[in-house]
Amino acid sequence: MNINWANVFDIMSLVKCFVVGGIICIIGQILIDKTKLTPARILVLFVTLGAVLGGLGIYQYLVDFAGCGATVPLTGFGNNLAKGAIEGVSQSGLLGAFTGGVKASAGGIASAVLFGYLASLIAKPKMKKQ
Amino acid sequence: MDNPTESQEAYKKYVDKKSPNSPILKNCFNAFWVGGLICTIGQIIFNICQERQMDTTTSSTIVSIILIGISAFLTGLNIFNKIGKFAGAGSLVPITGFANSIVSPAMEYKSEGYVMGVGSKMFTVAGPVLVFGISASIIVGIVYLIFNTQAITLV
Repeated sequence: MNINWANVFDIMSLVKCFVVGGIICIIGQILIDKTKLTPARILVLFVTLGAVLGGLGIYQYLVDFAGCGATVPLTGFGNNLAKGAIEGVSQSGLLGAFTGGVKASAGGIASAVLFGYLASLIAKPKMKKQ
Repeated sequence: MDNPTESQEAYKKYVDKKSPNSPILKNCFNAFWVGGLICTIGQIIFNICQERQMDTTTSSTIVSIILIGISAFLTGLNIFNKIGKFAGAGSLVPITGFANSIVSPAMEYKSEGYVMGVGSKMFTVAGPVLVFGISASIIVGIVYLIFNTQAITLV
């Protein structure tokens, strides 16, 4: 398979991705430093925010602009869920609202479960590290 | 330039005096470049997938799976926690933080067994994320069903 490496390392797309992804992380960092929110709540907040923005159709503009800079942060995970639910509704009505979101992000969830479990199994227990 | 240590120290003092909230600026800077770098790695994987004629959905799923896999195992090897301490939200907000939030509590409770220890504590942080994320997506779907088509698209 021939891969055009000039397209893979297209500077414009990588810079946009870097800047947008970085800015989303800065927002998270400011929330951590300036509020009493725990990291867990930040994750929940970002996913929910992404789902809402995705449902309103706003997040898609950011995805078109920044690619993985918008899809890799957890807001992109939320957007993916919402986008899937909307696609599901347009395909199979009410049932699609329940199946679409998980279907669209199934790869991420399933791999997180499997890799998470495997990684925990191989992990060195913290007591031994001392 | 003949004594860089001294001048650097003087410079550091000057910066500290000028910026009283330097920790947050430093944290934000670290979060920016680490977070940006993780997204850029994702973009490179995405571009490779696109070059191999995969569609957008498949490509982003592959990006998620690879990033989740890498960060899960880095967490298991205690490397990711060091990156996390340095980068703060930079490694937390990308999907890598989701994988990290699954593995680190599971590691802590390994002594309680492989089912109720690892199997259940995996979801101490990821559980709420999935609950709120999936619930929000169902609500979005139902709202879309009620108002149909582009009615909820504000822009």
